[in-house]
Amino acid sequence: MVAPDPAAPFWQMEGISKRYGGVTALEDVAFACRRGRIHAILGENGAGKSTLIKIMSGVVQPDSGTMRLEGAPVSFATPAEAMRHGVVCIFQELSLIPDLSVADNLGIVDPPRRFGFIDQRAQRRRAEELLARVGCDDVHPRELVRNLPLSRRQMVEIAGALGRSPKMLILDEATSALTAADVEKIYGILRRLREEGLAILYISHRMHEIAALADDCSVFRNGRHIETFAKGAKTDNEIVELMIGREYRHVFPPKPARTAPAEPVLEIARLSWGDRLSDIDLTVRRGEIVGLGGLDGQGQRELLLALFGVLSGVEGEIKVAGQRVAVASPRRAKSPAIGMALIPEDRKTEGLMLPMSVRDNVSLAAIGKFTRGLLIDRSAELSQVDEMVRNLAIRTDSADAAVATLSGGNQQKVVIAKWLMTEARLILLNDPTRGIDVGTKQEIYQLLRRLADAGSAILLYTTDYDELIGCCDRVAILYDGRITRELSGDALTERNIMTSALNLPLDATVPTEARP
Amino acid sequence: MTELRLWLQQNYGPLVALGLFVLIFSVYIGNHPAGLTVGVATTAANKGVLLALVGMAQTLPVLTGGLDLSVGMIFVMCNCIASAIVTGTPWQVAGGVAATLLAGLVCGILNGAIIVYGRLQPIITTLATGAVYYGIALWIRPVPGGEVDETLADALTNQIFDVIPTTLVLLLAVVLFIWLPFRASVLGRGAYAAGSAEAAAYMSGVNIDRSKLAAYTLCGLLASIAALLLTFVTDSGEASAPGGSIYTLNSIAVVVIGGTSLLGGVGGAIGSIFGAFVLRTIGDLLFVFDLPPLWQPLIQGAILLAALSLGAARVFRIRNRLELFG
Repeated sequence: MVAPDPAAPFWQMEGISKRYGGVTALEDVAFACRRGRIHAILGENGAGKSTLIKIMSGVVQPDSGTMRLEGAPVSFATPAEAMRHGVVCIFQELSLIPDLSVADNLGIVDPPRRFGFIDQRAQRRRAEELLARVGCDDVHPRELVRNLPLSRRQMVEIAGALGRSPKMLILDEATSALTAADVEKIYGILRRLREEGLAILYISHRMHEIAALADDCSVFRNGRHIETFAKGAKTDNEIVELMIGREYRHVFPPKPARTAPAEPVLEIARLSWGDRLSDIDLTVRRGEIVGLGGLDGQGQRELLLALFGVLSGVEGEIKVAGQRVAVASPRRAKSPAIGMALIPEDRKTEGLMLPMSVRDNVSLAAIGKFTRGLLIDRSAELSQVDEMVRNLAIRTDSADAAVATLSGGNQQKVVIAKWLMTEARLILLNDPTRGIDVGTKQEIYQLLRRLADAGSAILLYTTDYDELIGCCDRVAILYDGRITRELSGDALTERNIMTSALNLPLDATVPTEARP
Repeated sequence: MTELRLWLQQNYGPLVALGLFVLIFSVYIGNHPAGLTVGVATTAANKGVLLALVGMAQTLPVLTGGLDLSVGMIFVMCNCIASAIVTGTPWQVAGGVAATLLAGLVCGILNGAIIVYGRLQPIITTLATGAVYYGIALWIRPVPGGEVDETLADALTNQIFDVIPTTLVLLLAVVLFIWLPFRASVLGRGAYAAGSAEAAAYMSGVNIDRSKLAAYTLCGLLASIAALLLTFVTDSGEASAPGGSIYTLNSIAVVVIGGTSLLGGVGGAIGSIFGAFVLRTIGDLLFVFDLPPLWQPLIQGAILLAALSLGAARVFRIRNRLELFG
């Protein structure tokens, strides 16, 4: 075997572009990485990092551009093909099979065989070796993956990737669920693999991890590769500067001047859920739009689901309009006594009944308003629904058309209309503008402000920092399931949000409302 | 110690089915006027193995997260084919057996190919192909009849060494030469993976299509083995629509009693064997207690519900209620 030439790029891509519908995920990206280096990829939500590694690992195919592996052009139609070329990715969404044992999972692609059949003993030995290699001896190879805690699953995932004898290893937030001791083990393994000449691509939101591990850093923004530099060439502040600075494209309605605080609608105290949410304290007042910020997957979704009664085993105290409430289900959450609404994350599965009509969708959550005896009062339903359809300017040929025929933006308006019908006093929104057109976004911003002015309290999670700044009166930043900082007024800047999201200390000259 | 705990945990379903069978069968034998004689055991085995084979067939698609509603019709069709061609000289008999098995195999391949490459839903696909297979059965045998090689029929429906029912040996052979190799192969591993988490299996580079195709193909083959046995037991063929439908529905019941999840990924054909024996013995039990046969469906339904409840305990561990719908 020829010793790898550390100067030649192991992986090269040029002119790579990828669009999903109308949304450009990557545009004309050129990127290279080398053997024997750990290369960190940085960027805010939606910068294109995920699409980049999906293309590299064969999950999606680029619309245009070329990829070269050790100088030879390659294209991967499937993850299996990428693996055959030695490109192995550890995804954020785990790729383990829950109902198979640890040993079965570790041997899923190419198990040791004897006479054509899987050799259980050899497979077991190999599993034990791999587990020992990642320092995970406490996991029994016969245990089902389903029964392992998340941190162990992640270690098994890493062990599995090593078992595929990679030449290039891609880690996408692979340490997010690990304990500190495990993270140290992983650092050690990655450094050793670097010595062995692997190319390692490391995606992380934790600046201290990047400081500890990376040799090179590349920053992505708006689907473009902005800059690659050696670690240490730039300060944390300069890196943040590269990651932000996206163009402002939206016009937001003016925020009302702050007056004396109105009465609180929602008060959360010490709310925890498993290891995903810890000691959340938050208040949302009448007429206020409060944003949930931070990097994707820091517990924002879980917080909204916990409030709406979807999660069981939630600890802590939730008060609505001063009354302590126990929310056991969405049905309870929407009842007049509590008066919550949740615009869910995925409108296609959690928001809409796609084959049903616009009318039936809009009236569904508030259907109790229209019943007369056992039957639904169709005329009362229709008049109110049609009024709502007009108010929100939902564009459809007919209110009887199936929701599936509407555009994404209009579908989202149907979800919002459905929940406005319940006349909720507290509106929770989970990334309501994802994947919809600019015009509809604009309408939604106006609508949220109108609702707040009319006395609703709004809790908005969005992955778009623009929206946090433009829409919200106050923003709580989550990191690792905790609220680490609240920003409001002049402190509500993109730089402060990004710095807080990375859990870095803020510039002392900027006024903030820091939490202990 | 850990080994044992894990083994028990992972074979919970089949063990419950085995326990249930031992219990019901003891009660049955205890109340049978003749007790446990070779004749009683052979009759019980012949009926049980027939259902067990169809149940094992159904297990394979179910493990991949699918379902085969045509399994009863493949069974009926192969029964009609066998009643026409498994006769004559020893060579002709051997050829007839091979052709019957091949017919089942081809039906399975067809189901699998439509589902895997045509991307149609398993339920509706097999409902349609099942009707086709039944049509072929009717075409071969418009009225019940036919014959089958007597020597082979006697050999298969009696005992070996005058003690062991031959059908049990046949079942053992099917387990040893079809099920266990499949379970131990990369194909079988892929079938479990596809049923458990198809996206994760795809991301792991598992050949899902090949595994699913193999599952449906072996399902057809196992159904044709059952059909051969039926032909030897009844000495004739009959294109019976109710017969086929009952076997299809019972095969699903058998799979579930045996601890295989209808969502896929969990369970196995061994559990289905015990499941089949449980379901069969319940029917006989009602007979020895002189209960009116009209009660049989009611009791069978109650047992099925009880077995299902044992398997549904996982619901109590779910902490994000959205996962209930995933």
